[in-house]
Amino acid sequence: MLSGGDANVKKFNTVSRRIFILSIAKGVIFTGIIAKLFSLQISENKKYLTLSDKNRLREWRLPPVRGDFQDYFGKLIAGNTKVYQLHVVPEQVEDFRYLMVRLKNILPLSEKQFSKIVKKKNQQKPWETLIISENLTWDQFSKVNFYLHELSGAKPVLSVARSYPYKENYTHVLGYVAQASQRDLDNNENIKQKHVPGLRVGKTGLEKKFEDDLIGTNGVQRYEVNAYGKRINQVDFKEGEKGKRIRLTVDTEIQKFCNELLADKAGSISVMDIFTGDIVAMHSSPSFDPNLFLYGISIENWKSIRENTLKPLINKTISGLYSPGSTIKPIVALSALENNVISPNFKVKCTGKTELYGQTYHCWKEKGHGVVDLKDAIKKSCDTYFYEMSRRLGVDRLNITATRFGLGNRVFNDLYFEEKKGLVPSTKWKKDNLGRGWVLGETLITGIGQGYIQTTPLQLCLMTAQLANGGFKIFPRLTVDQDDESFEKIKYKMSESLNTIEKNDSSIIRTAEKFFKPGEKKYDKLFRNQENVKFVLDAMFASTNEWGGTSYRSRIEDKKYQFAGKTGTAQVKKITKLERELDLDTAQIPYEQRDHAWYIAFGPYNNPRYAVSIFVEHGGSGSSTAAPLAKKLFKKIIDRHEEREKIRNSYLNEI
Amino acid sequence: MLRQSSYTDQFTFFQKLRSFDFVLLFCILILGLISNLSMYSTDGGEFLYHSKSHFIRFVVFFIMMIILSFISLRFWHASAYFFYAIVLAFLVWASLYGITASGSQRWINLYFINLQPSELMKVAIIVCFARYYHRTQINNIGSFKNIILSIMILIMPIVLVLSQPDLGTSILIGISGVVVLWLAGLNVKYFFYSSLALLISLPFVISFLKPYQKLRVLSFFNPDRDPLGAGYQIIQSKIAVGSGGLMGKGFLKGTQSYLEFLPEKHTDFIFTLFSEEHGFIGSVFLLIIYAILIYRIIKIGSISRSYFGKLFCYGFGSAIFVYVTVNMSMVLGLLPIVGSPLPIMSYGGSSMLATMIGLAIVMSTKIHHKQVIN
Repeated sequence: MLSGGDANVKKFNTVSRRIFILSIAKGVIFTGIIAKLFSLQISENKKYLTLSDKNRLREWRLPPVRGDFQDYFGKLIAGNTKVYQLHVVPEQVEDFRYLMVRLKNILPLSEKQFSKIVKKKNQQKPWETLIISENLTWDQFSKVNFYLHELSGAKPVLSVARSYPYKENYTHVLGYVAQASQRDLDNNENIKQKHVPGLRVGKTGLEKKFEDDLIGTNGVQRYEVNAYGKRINQVDFKEGEKGKRIRLTVDTEIQKFCNELLADKAGSISVMDIFTGDIVAMHSSPSFDPNLFLYGISIENWKSIRENTLKPLINKTISGLYSPGSTIKPIVALSALENNVISPNFKVKCTGKTELYGQTYHCWKEKGHGVVDLKDAIKKSCDTYFYEMSRRLGVDRLNITATRFGLGNRVFNDLYFEEKKGLVPSTKWKKDNLGRGWVLGETLITGIGQGYIQTTPLQLCLMTAQLANGGFKIFPRLTVDQDDESFEKIKYKMSESLNTIEKNDSSIIRTAEKFFKPGEKKYDKLFRNQENVKFVLDAMFASTNEWGGTSYRSRIEDKKYQFAGKTGTAQVKKITKLERELDLDTAQIPYEQRDHAWYIAFGPYNNPRYAVSIFVEHGGSGSSTAAPLAKKLFKKIIDRHEEREKIRNSYLNEI
Repeated sequence: MLRQSSYTDQFTFFQKLRSFDFVLLFCILILGLISNLSMYSTDGGEFLYHSKSHFIRFVVFFIMMIILSFISLRFWHASAYFFYAIVLAFLVWASLYGITASGSQRWINLYFINLQPSELMKVAIIVCFARYYHRTQINNIGSFKNIILSIMILIMPIVLVLSQPDLGTSILIGISGVVVLWLAGLNVKYFFYSSLALLISLPFVISFLKPYQKLRVLSFFNPDRDPLGAGYQIIQSKIAVGSGGLMGKGFLKGTQSYLEFLPEKHTDFIFTLFSEEHGFIGSVFLLIIYAILIYRIIKIGSISRSYFGKLFCYGFGSAIFVYVTVNMSMVLGLLPIVGSPLPIMSYGGSSMLATMIGLAIVMSTKIHHKQVIN
């Protein structure tokens, strides 16, 4: 201001000018910041709110609760039990190694289990639940809870797991569940969506077939979590829906009884309602306890199941293929009658063997049956008679009748993926598949249920049922549905089909195909002349209830329980001349070479309602091994009938 | 002139008190209040470590500022070089015997307080330049000797701070120094040349950067490159601010900070927390308070009769502006993440101390604005 005042003024002016410029710049920049704030907080607010929620909220899906299976009477046959489990979310554990070592000592875990868990941990995402143990004993559970303060990150939880209260009784009907594999996830979108670690899914049987109904929906817990994944508080909880309950047609009492009858034997028993097709019991023996598979089966258990010579893993009822033996005879006889090949009065003299083109065909009775007519032939199961009859009938006509009555086709369509079709041979079949022409001798042995013909025990049960109901097509069922047709309606439909189709419709004996078209359930008649069916049933009655019949010893005289049946003894190998001369007892033959014992039956005879098929693998003769079981079984079945009707009526009234 | 100065020197205590800039004081108190509430929020709605010590620091340093305001501007003028020298010495001390924390040797132990001299340098450099250019004739400003000296004054602390390493603070010191130099009247062409030189040397500078610093720069340009790593802070900060909306999530209800998604929410990201909880309205309000504060500081500079007071106020006001701008731009994703606290708001004793010293000098300039310094 004094000396050099001009310069000083200039200096002051400069700084004033420049701060003015700077202030404007500041204003612009602050405006810019406000603009950025505006764009973030106002324009893009939604986007960032979503991101913030995604940050803070995390969902935990709970395993869905599997639907129950009930028997016909509402008894629980597959349900859920509470189990104590130990979970760890690796992300929330500070020192995983330390925790694992502590748990290893407390539980304790074996070295193998330990390394398995560590391996599993490395395979999954850090926030996914790692299941340390799926089934803690109460002791272990309380121990873990006692040390819980030292085990930060470990979570003892109460969970549910599948349980099969009747153990081995329903294994082959229901199948079993086990931990979902990668293949399960790939094959079923539903499982993939609902998957949580440790989820059990159906592996075989109905458990697999009805997976989508049974699985239920996940419960969802939504938590607010912090940046380290620690749960702060629960925001939301949606309870999952339990899977559908499925009611079966099976009667546990009879099912259990079947298991007892077949104790220590390999074989199968099926019981079917001959009108509704309800499977009352269906057992394959030996069975195994499916509960063993829930938490991974132990090596010893698995070995004992797998190496059992009686093959418990095979569901013999539907996937065991065996020669039907003499149980095929009612169908052979029916086919011959329907095709007018013979009349019931046709007689054959049985000398114990017959010859064709230099080949000798033996009757099971070495001395022969003498002169027999058709009824006697069925009653006494005379092979010679059937050789002659089938020679006249021919395999192709037999094929049509047998197929029509359910042989050579799956009984349950696609209910069980392991179900086998079996085989009813024909000339065309042999030409197509073996490339050789049919030989007449093969017709003869097909007529006594040997040779190429193969059936499952359930097919024979269906065959018996369709004979017993007067010769009408039925539709076997294992589950009870709302829209199932009632017994009365089915009976009415059957009588209707009897009236509508004119007699002697020859197409019936020419083709079997029309009975296996999907669509409307028509209870069509399977015969041309019902008298023929009645004749066969009559002969079966004689076989069981008249002196000289093959199962006469197993008869019940009480009319209430009286049943009719047909024995079968199926050879598993050709009998050599030497063996024929030796005529060994069953017990003297090696197990694998013993005959299969068969018995098919229906009852009560006066007013038939149930059909059974009994099969004992390598059980010896049908009349000594299989038929006596039927005697006990029919008592049980008929006694249970009243109870069954009560339940049926109560359900009818409900609807 | 002599009479005048003796007149001003005869201010009584009450006269001085009355000539305080109450708008400025009010702004500081408002900022203090907001910062303490925010700190309370970072502690999860409890009066814990951070909120307690921040409160104590604010109160102590605020009182200190009031007391220092009574000191004559001449004292500041006289001790300007000494102040700069002392802080520079501290910086040397820090680089030799400093306390290392999170990989950086920034603090010195003064037994009663751990001091971060680089923060004090932010003020010291302005005081020093104000003193230096107070004397310099306008015609000599462009002289070689003058430029070299200015650069020396500026480069020494920058190099020392950079070596700690503390990129953020050294950049802030650099910017505020350059701003003061420009205000003082240094020809624009020098700035043009030097920024050109800086641009050319940028690749070399980058090659000297620590890997984590390089990552920060890279993730600024593309935060999604490594969302859980270097880009995490920017992404989470933007989410917090953006989810605040118009009105904010409410006091103590900022989920991003409460659930610890926000990094360094006490210090550099305090604005994010405030913005999440109080929304656009709160953020603009805070920005306005800062704007008023800066405006008042510059206004005080404009009425100061001494060039020292004027240049200091202009410089300090601009420096506050730079700190606020850099901090906010950084948390909003407009600039790469470098450590830069928000004045008064952020947790940190040295930063608070430096800001309060600067404000004390500003207040002293106001009280003694008629004082002329030879």
